[in-house]
Amino acid sequence: MADVLKRVPVREQDPKVRATNFEEVCYGYNQEEAMEEATRCLNCKNARCIQGCPVSINIPGFISKVKEGDIEGAYKVIGESSALPAICGRVCPQESQCECKCIRGIKGDAVSIGKLERFVADYALEHDIKPEKAEKTNGHKVAVIGSGPSGLTCAGDLAKLGYEVTVFEALHELGGVLVYGIPEFRLPKQKVVKKEIEKVKELGVKFETNVVIGKSTTIDQLMEEENFEAVFIGSGAGLPMFMGIPGETANGVFSANEYLTRSNLMKAFDDSYDTPIAAGKKVAVVGGGNVAMDAARTALRLGAEVHVVYRRSEAELPARAEEVHHAKEEGIIFDLLTNPKEILVDENGWVKGMKVVKMELGEPDASGRRRPVEIPGSEYDIDLDTVIMSLGTSPNPLIASTTKGLETNKRRCIVAEEDNGQTSKAFVFAGGDAVTGAATVILAMGAGKAGAKGIHEALSK
Amino acid sequence: MYKILKAEKLAANIYLMDVEAPRVARHCEPGQFVIVKMDEKGERIPLTICDYDREAGTITIVFQPVGASTTKMTEMKAGDYFRDFTGPLGCPSEFIHEDLEELKKKKILFVGGGVGAAPVYPQVKWMKEHGIDVDVIIGSKTKDLLILEDQMEAAAGNYYPCTDDGSYGHAGMVTTKIEQLVEEGNKYDVCIAIGPMIMMKFVCLLTKKLEIPTVVSMNPIMVDGTGMCGACRLIVGGEVKFACVDGPEFDGHLVDFDNAMKRQQMYKTQEGRAMLKLQEGDTHHGGCGQCGGEN
Ligand SMILES: Cc1cc2nc3c(=O)[nH]c(=O)nc-3n(C[C@H](O)[C@H](O)[C@H](O)COP(=O)(O)OP(=O)(O)OC[C@H]3O[C@@H](n4cnc5c(N)ncnc54)[C@H](O)[C@@H]3O)c2cc1C
Ligand SMILES: Cc1cc2nc3c(=O)[nH]c(=O)nc-3n(C[C@H](O)[C@H](O)[C@H](O)COP(=O)(O)OP(=O)(O)OC[C@H]3O[C@@H](n4cnc5c(N)ncnc54)[C@H](O)[C@@H]3O)c2cc1C
Ligand code: SF4
Ligand code: SF4
Ligand code: FES
Repeated sequence: MADVLKRVPVREQDPKVRATNFEEVCYGYNQEEAMEEATRCLNCKNARCIQGCPVSINIPGFISKVKEGDIEGAYKVIGESSALPAICGRVCPQESQCECKCIRGIKGDAVSIGKLERFVADYALEHDIKPEKAEKTNGHKVAVIGSGPSGLTCAGDLAKLGYEVTVFEALHELGGVLVYGIPEFRLPKQKVVKKEIEKVKELGVKFETNVVIGKSTTIDQLMEEENFEAVFIGSGAGLPMFMGIPGETANGVFSANEYLTRSNLMKAFDDSYDTPIAAGKKVAVVGGGNVAMDAARTALRLGAEVHVVYRRSEAELPARAEEVHHAKEEGIIFDLLTNPKEILVDENGWVKGMKVVKMELGEPDASGRRRPVEIPGSEYDIDLDTVIMSLGTSPNPLIASTTKGLETNKRRCIVAEEDNGQTSKAFVFAGGDAVTGAATVILAMGAGKAGAKGIHEALSK
Repeated sequence: MYKILKAEKLAANIYLMDVEAPRVARHCEPGQFVIVKMDEKGERIPLTICDYDREAGTITIVFQPVGASTTKMTEMKAGDYFRDFTGPLGCPSEFIHEDLEELKKKKILFVGGGVGAAPVYPQVKWMKEHGIDVDVIIGSKTKDLLILEDQMEAAAGNYYPCTDDGSYGHAGMVTTKIEQLVEEGNKYDVCIAIGPMIMMKFVCLLTKKLEIPTVVSMNPIMVDGTGMCGACRLIVGGEVKFACVDGPEFDGHLVDFDNAMKRQQMYKTQEGRAMLKLQEGDTHHGGCGQCGGEN
């Protein structure tokens, strides 16, 4: 018997090999490994892990099924709370959610809840285990805007209750950030995302791509002209921010969204697709979140030397610990406590470098983290040909500005109730990044669930 | 899927298509654009809406082969389908919100260059439909490249074709025609110029001198067209604007054209590679010295 304090290790692609390809980094558990890891769960009565999960998956419940080898049973338990487990098992920040609460974590490693969830979900995908469909529709029409995790979850839940749901998506592919943002090597598109979306389709949900709400039609028109009785807005927070420093419109400066969209959605890394990407030889990624890690690791795979330039220290990096660890293993260089001052541009308008300044940490700021302050006289230049700005995103004002009576706050987020998604406009609900600002997949799913509940209550009255 | 109802070659290097896209046709206005994508692996290509028929649910696009994707598009025929056709995107031209009586008092000059004649046409037609006669200058390299002549002639108050080589109409660039019209005593209240960036730049330099407020339609590189990527950013009046959501039409006297033109060059080398691959097809396996041999 292995050491119960240690989790069963998960197999991964060798860092040297994976730094040159877009295949998934982590292979996940096989059934034997999963069943062994499952035995580490103490099946706590008052399971603290559940409190850490935003959609309250019955974690000991599904793990005990894995322990028995009843994987289909385990999938049913997860399915009660989550519609996209193969995705959450891969991308949830488990170390700050379910796993950080696990009792095993006090003395040793927490149970590998995410990896177990992933195993169960992948098993269900491979064995074509389907969610249960509503027996018949109830005749009520609901529109969902956006096909990211919040929209997909809301649509799936409503379809299970018998609603006739149509999802409208602005882009040509479904999945939101899951397809255009998070790279293939972390979340395979064909094997995982497409298949999870197929399951939502099998519940009877209709999808219309290439429809930009606010341009192709509006929420008011959907309700008045196309007879949708309620609308859920899950349009995300897709608008990139820039720093406003000199040189930012030079060639070779990208938002992380553009860089990742070219690579993920338009598959620029694959020669058989037409979209070009300026790969870069020496790249700086400015920022320290998940998005920055994804952009950095994408640039690395396209053949560049990559520096992550972040103004605080390692402890404050907002990215998931696993991603930072993987990035380092692959050879990403971290220039911490460093902040850009200016992008240096050559005579043809291309990036040739960046002027940066060293920082030190001062008093805590509003976010509770210590505020970085410049060290006077510490400026220096670095040579670069590409800069990727990854400073966060905010919601697109398009929907709010074209919908009468829809209230937003000063961060441009749509105002909505947390427990049912109700907005300031009757029969219009919202959730996910469009309401909270950029957050996580599982929180967006939780908001989609709440929205479905709110819509069901409103239309059942 | 979006069906092509008509595909026509307008001139040596310019193509027109009518495409079935009822949602776009129901909501579009002059000045807006669409993004088309031919197939699974194609690029997202922004194109101005050149005409629309709300009843038939169709949109007319006019395009010029520039890179690999637009070159492949020239082979599409009536009956073929676009995989994706999104729109209308961008803001409608400002004049459609203006008070009609005020607008009627104005003397308006349209300037179109090359394929830019196509996006000028719906605006001229809109004016005609609202009882406003406008002056229209259309420039091209040579007579054979002039497009939509009959339509333009019918919709414009005065129509002035120009050719660089003097093979037809006014001999010379559109800017020399503007100067001539102004010298002849025409007083314009507003100029709307659409064409290659270099043309718009020179028109703006001239109209600034002549003190004619000028609107231009910018066509930077775009990816999503919804404000999500920032690829289309321009400097307008010292501020960064996203052409796909803040534009594509801007005050031409405030646009930083030099920066915009440099940004448009960004994919020159990669694009050259894609063209090479297209022309040589399966026979291109490196060693050409152009693409580093990795393709
Ligand atoms: C690169 C990257 C990496 C990330 N990594 C992680 C991670 O590891 N773990 C994690 O938990 N979270 C991660 N996140 C965050 C997570 O992906 C988001 O919080 C989540 O996707 C939000 O879901 P959503 O449904 O609210 O919106 P989105 O996923 O943004 O989906 C919104 C959808 O709405 C569409 N849309 C927008 N406007 C309109 C309109 N007007 N009409 C029609 N459709 C519209 C958009 O095209 C999009 O498809 C990451 C985000 C990024 C960008
Ligand atoms: C809002 C908007 C409206 C547009 N309307 C039209 C239209 O109605 N008809 C039309 O033919 N084109 C129009 N364009 C330009 C058209 O989108 C591009 O020509 C097209 O994307 C080129 O695609 P490609 O894949 O063939 O080449 P790409 O790979 O996009 O580019 C090939 C090369 O051509 C250059 N290039 C790209 N666009 C232009 C341009 N407009 N002028 C000069 N060089 C360029 C690029 O720098 C690049 O080096 C519009 C662009 C925008 C943004
Ligand atoms: S959904 Fe996320 S937080 Fe919840 S149990 Fe699964 S991995 Fe943990
Ligand atoms: S807290 Fe840990 S050990 Fe307890 S039930 Fe949850 S996963 Fe199992
Ligand atoms: S094209 Fe992406 S923001 Fe304008």
